[in-house]
Amino acid sequence: MDAKLAKPFTSIVGESNIKHSQAQLLAYSYDATANFQAKPDMVLSPKSTEEIKQIVKICASERIPIVSRGSGTNLAAGTVPTQGGIVLLFNNMNKILELDEENLTVTVQPGVITQDLSNFVERHNLFYPPDPSSMKISTIGGNVSENSGGLRGLKYGVTKDYVKALTVVLPNGEVLKLGGKLAKDVAGYDLMSLLVGAEGTLGIITEITLKLIPLPISKKTGIAYFNSLEDAARTVSSIIAHKIIPVTLEFMDKGTIGAVEDFMKIGLPRDAEAMLLMEQDGNAEQVERDIQTMIAIAKKEGATSTSMASSNEEAEILKTGRRAALSALARKRPTTILEDATVPRSEIAKMVRAIQDIAEKHNVQITTFGHAGDGNLHPTCLTDVRDKEEMERVEQALAEIFHVALELGGTITGEHGVGEMKAPYLEWKLGTSGIDLMKAIKSSIDPLNIMNPGKLFAKETKMRLVIHNG
Amino acid sequence: MVSELQQHMQESFKEHVNEEYLMDCMRCGFCLPACPTYLATNQDETHSPRGRIALMKAMRDGDVVWDGSVEDAFDMCLGCRACEPACPAGVQYGVLIEETRVAIQQAKPKDLMEKVIRKASFDGVFADQKKMAATVKLVQFYQRSGLQAATRKIGFLSLFPPFMKEMEGVLPKVETKKKKSPSLKPATTRVAFFTGCLMDTLFQETNRKTIELLEWLGVEVVVPKEQQCCGALHGHSGEMDKGLRNARANIDAFDSDNFDYIVNNAGGCGAFLSEYEKHLKHDPHYAEKAARFSEKMLDISSIFVKLGMNARLKALKSEENAIVTYQDSCHLRNVNKVFLEPRSLLQDAPGYEYKELIDAGSCCGSAGIYNLLQPEMAKKILEQKMKGVQELRPSKVVTSNPGCLMQMQVGIQREGLQGEMQAVHIVDFLYDAIQKNQN
Repeated sequence: MDAKLAKPFTSIVGESNIKHSQAQLLAYSYDATANFQAKPDMVLSPKSTEEIKQIVKICASERIPIVSRGSGTNLAAGTVPTQGGIVLLFNNMNKILELDEENLTVTVQPGVITQDLSNFVERHNLFYPPDPSSMKISTIGGNVSENSGGLRGLKYGVTKDYVKALTVVLPNGEVLKLGGKLAKDVAGYDLMSLLVGAEGTLGIITEITLKLIPLPISKKTGIAYFNSLEDAARTVSSIIAHKIIPVTLEFMDKGTIGAVEDFMKIGLPRDAEAMLLMEQDGNAEQVERDIQTMIAIAKKEGATSTSMASSNEEAEILKTGRRAALSALARKRPTTILEDATVPRSEIAKMVRAIQDIAEKHNVQITTFGHAGDGNLHPTCLTDVRDKEEMERVEQALAEIFHVALELGGTITGEHGVGEMKAPYLEWKLGTSGIDLMKAIKSSIDPLNIMNPGKLFAKETKMRLVIHNG
Repeated sequence: MVSELQQHMQESFKEHVNEEYLMDCMRCGFCLPACPTYLATNQDETHSPRGRIALMKAMRDGDVVWDGSVEDAFDMCLGCRACEPACPAGVQYGVLIEETRVAIQQAKPKDLMEKVIRKASFDGVFADQKKMAATVKLVQFYQRSGLQAATRKIGFLSLFPPFMKEMEGVLPKVETKKKKSPSLKPATTRVAFFTGCLMDTLFQETNRKTIELLEWLGVEVVVPKEQQCCGALHGHSGEMDKGLRNARANIDAFDSDNFDYIVNNAGGCGAFLSEYEKHLKHDPHYAEKAARFSEKMLDISSIFVKLGMNARLKALKSEENAIVTYQDSCHLRNVNKVFLEPRSLLQDAPGYEYKELIDAGSCCGSAGIYNLLQPEMAKKILEQKMKGVQELRPSKVVTSNPGCLMQMQVGIQREGLQGEMQAVHIVDFLYDAIQKNQN
């Protein structure tokens, strides 16, 4: 990027909102994805949609890549500026603009921290359910761009189910307003949904209106420990078959339990093979009945011990432990590679078993936790990027996990996004015609390819594996 | 072309900064909301633990050129270690930032003035209790001679950076040192008291009260004569070898076998003392002794609770009901994980109602001598802290460390609240509460 361009950008955002020192460029060269790093040319913190519009116009005429970045917790290298250019921050656009209690919506700027939004609406007895594990750090803008899920996805869905309206700056610098505070809206193509989960490749989201629901009156949390992964998986299927949709049905295997216990020191049993964390909310009577039924089912399916959180604080501690699972696993080996394979919930037991077999076959260490209730597992590979030979085995194992997930009717990523990390596998899920259609959409909206280039679409698709048994 | 300095720096990072510890960080960002400088800079990743670790690694790998911006990123760290309890991966950030400071100290050319100051402080004043005492005599002379009153009046200190002036304003009155008191009665528990160089000089009164309270609770207190500054200031400033010289001297001075506990009343010292074990684990002569020393180390609040002070406090009745709050010492909280004990003592103190300060666990900006080195950032952080104090309006802000105490008092004066509240050390607070309400 031409150094002379610092001047026009500075005149848009102001001296204090531009970063380009050695240290600053390095600090915005990564996100939470292992093994991806690249420095941007400049980091900008605009204060308004108008400023973003001006920035985009310069970028379009100078062909400069723009990477929108919330807090940099992306797990698929989606916010690593691998082609240089500008990293766009929203730390100056982090206000809650309006709470509309008549339409049950909240309008925010993209930089609002998810947890802050959640706390804010709950003070008004309203509820914003999407709760990605990084919600204490992540921004709403990032959540919308990634269509993030979370622990409550089973009952309440994911971010896209709550987006009502967006303001977007398109790659040509035009500002578009999509959606509205409407319960129904069928005016043309659903462009808003296209922008949700587009990972910053189609435009820059600058304002978001979200749907809220009434805050459930009561909630309860139960825990069950098992001697085998299968028992836990069967419990999950059985709970759903009993027509109970809990808020949360989280799964952790032995390795994860140990790592979380190392961090939290809350007395989790290190010898248990699997653990289920079950939460229900709603009216007190229903909640009590559901949680008791779930615990009874767990016992019937072979749970070695079950218990109920005695207070909200205790339940919160357990959920905090689960949310920290990935990072806690990082204490075991130098590199942690997290996957996001998702299958129909009926296939969860098969998937868990397959992951174990694949790990064994390739002699790699894989630990699994995840949102068992909605089939979204997080097999996590504990390895060391410095060991080239091991990394090759890791890559083979992960490719096989994708393969099996797809065979079972699943997907390569349930909630983390494709980014650059999973781009070589996207075609496995979509087929050539799917990829071609997506590319056509991308090139008609962003013909100059300045919006987060290098993400979603890989230069080369990985060869689909042929699995030889034995 | 790689400059000579760049090459030196990279080699120094490779030599001193542990690669395995760097690899522990998986960059999840869980540390971000815990970091005071990240929050005070409107979320600048450069001033976050994750950013600094990435910079350390980049220095090691040669992915970043050493310049003022990189140095600044490391200097801006408070060393409060609030990121450690927040880190699910268990990254030893405290070790990494200390190693980084050693790496920089070793490779960076120092100008003459800095060399003189470092030599005087780390080999002189803070290395030797006698020299510290002499320095304090100067302070005493300054205070008693009336010079202090005079300089305050003519504003002589306005010639210095504004923060120095404020610090001078809150210096405690130094009292003449009394003879260290011998044990009064046979006791079953025997503790050795680590006086701390600042506590033993500027805060001598607090130390006297510490010993009195311990004796009141029925223990025998011994003050080993040969003890030195704990070495924390050296360690935090990249002079770890000098810090460890003090550590070894202290381990020799406190023969652990003779005591049930080694007690300290300054959070900053306590953390470093409890980490002698970690720092000396590869020293064949001291590893074992250091482990025993660190194991016996206990902060003053914890030993008060252990000795049953809560019940004795509850037995005292008072009609008054003033609000008291507590500002955590970062190192006592984040390193030694002690935060319930001081609160429980304040809850039971006669004449007071305890109320929690907003974000009491986050740094006040004192951070050793950080407030002198980085006055701007320290000011921002203190301003944030004082918002909580303004909301709560306590009559006492209790602390567990001399640095925090002075910083909070500066905050109180900046807000013009000195008429209605005061920052106090927990020992002085408890001593006064007990004395006032004893018949």
